[in-house]
Amino acid sequence: MADATLSPLVRFRRGFFAENAVFVQVLGMCPTLAVTNSLDGAITMGIATSFVLLCSNIVVSLLRNLLQPHVRILIFTVTIATFVTIADYTLKARFYDLSVKLGPYVPLIIVNCLIIGRAEVCASKQGLPAAVMDGLGQGIGFTGALAVLGTIRELLGAGTLLNARVLPELTRAADGTIEQIGWDPWSIMIMPAGAFITLGILMGLANWIAGRRKAA
Amino acid sequence: MGTIVLIALTAAIINNFVLYYFLGICPFIGVSRQVSMAVGMGLAVTFVMTVSATVTWVINNLILAAGAPLVIADLSFIKYVIFIMVIAGMVQLVEMYVRKFYPGLYKSFGIFLPLITTNCSILGCCLLVDLDKNGWFALAQAGPIGLLHTIVFALAAGGGFALAITLMAGIREELDVADVPRPLRGAGITLLVAGILAMAFMGFAGMGR
Repeated sequence: MADATLSPLVRFRRGFFAENAVFVQVLGMCPTLAVTNSLDGAITMGIATSFVLLCSNIVVSLLRNLLQPHVRILIFTVTIATFVTIADYTLKARFYDLSVKLGPYVPLIIVNCLIIGRAEVCASKQGLPAAVMDGLGQGIGFTGALAVLGTIRELLGAGTLLNARVLPELTRAADGTIEQIGWDPWSIMIMPAGAFITLGILMGLANWIAGRRKAA
Repeated sequence: MGTIVLIALTAAIINNFVLYYFLGICPFIGVSRQVSMAVGMGLAVTFVMTVSATVTWVINNLILAAGAPLVIADLSFIKYVIFIMVIAGMVQLVEMYVRKFYPGLYKSFGIFLPLITTNCSILGCCLLVDLDKNGWFALAQAGPIGLLHTIVFALAAGGGFALAITLMAGIREELDVADVPRPLRGAGITLLVAGILAMAFMGFAGMGR
């Protein structure tokens, strides 16, 4: 996976599909499942994670010649924690509602395995250009995966997208007969169980497509 | 007493860390192949979680939080850095202990023992205690008994994690002999099973309120 000969541009592209954080590497599962019950939360989380990933990749790449093997994980986590604090305070100051909605999951970016994984596999072994492109590519791939999950779950679970109604609302009269035909929300989709099931099915789909491509 | 039972039930079952908060999903998927390993992982997480939650509660409430008794300045902006360093230190301690006294267990854990540092459930526990939605933990509201509440919460949360991962390992041992469609093998089917488990745990929702 960590092929030292890859050019920065290839690294950037691989983040989208070939090494997609969620579907292929199965990293960063907690936020993927927890914040994707609505699209706005998913995108915010994706952008915040990408910011931290990019910054920590830059710092780790610059420090790579000073790192001692036995303290490197500690250095990674402290670096990441610093940038997460910045992201958390920025969210609290600028987008207070979203920050309340995301709750503990913003500080939990610190222990997102994706960021430590990329620091370990790529940034601590590569020069600055490769680390920057890797951070950008992985960040975009991660945000994309979160957005896909968020779209499916919010659409099916509430009939809305970004809090705007997309599917018409189903209304019932007092005796239970349908007044206006519309989407009956699958409330399971915005519950925790829906997150697991949606991601499981998507992951199966991703594997199926990859298998078909290999066979063709 | 009632509060303590409520806290324990909430942390372990109603708001199970894995199936409700999605904390600790990586070991939940990675180490849930055998029941024996799952139990070991659950115990290790419970121990680290209890110790870290206790230590971070003391540091947070006495030193870091606004209006803390020991330091006048508001140091809450370095909270996350301190939390993660405490956890990393605790994990190192547990790792050294297990390597010395249980070499067999140490070998079977492999990479996952040091990875408890990045197990979101540990930091998540400390953060939930700090967030304190129900006013159970903070020194300002619950007083010194907040520490006791924190210990109960962390123990129960770790127990809930152990319960979930052991259940999953039991199911996966059976799944080994089942004919799972090829694309779903591995993470896919594990997530689907977790979804069904989460549905079962949804039955407990509303019990605490």
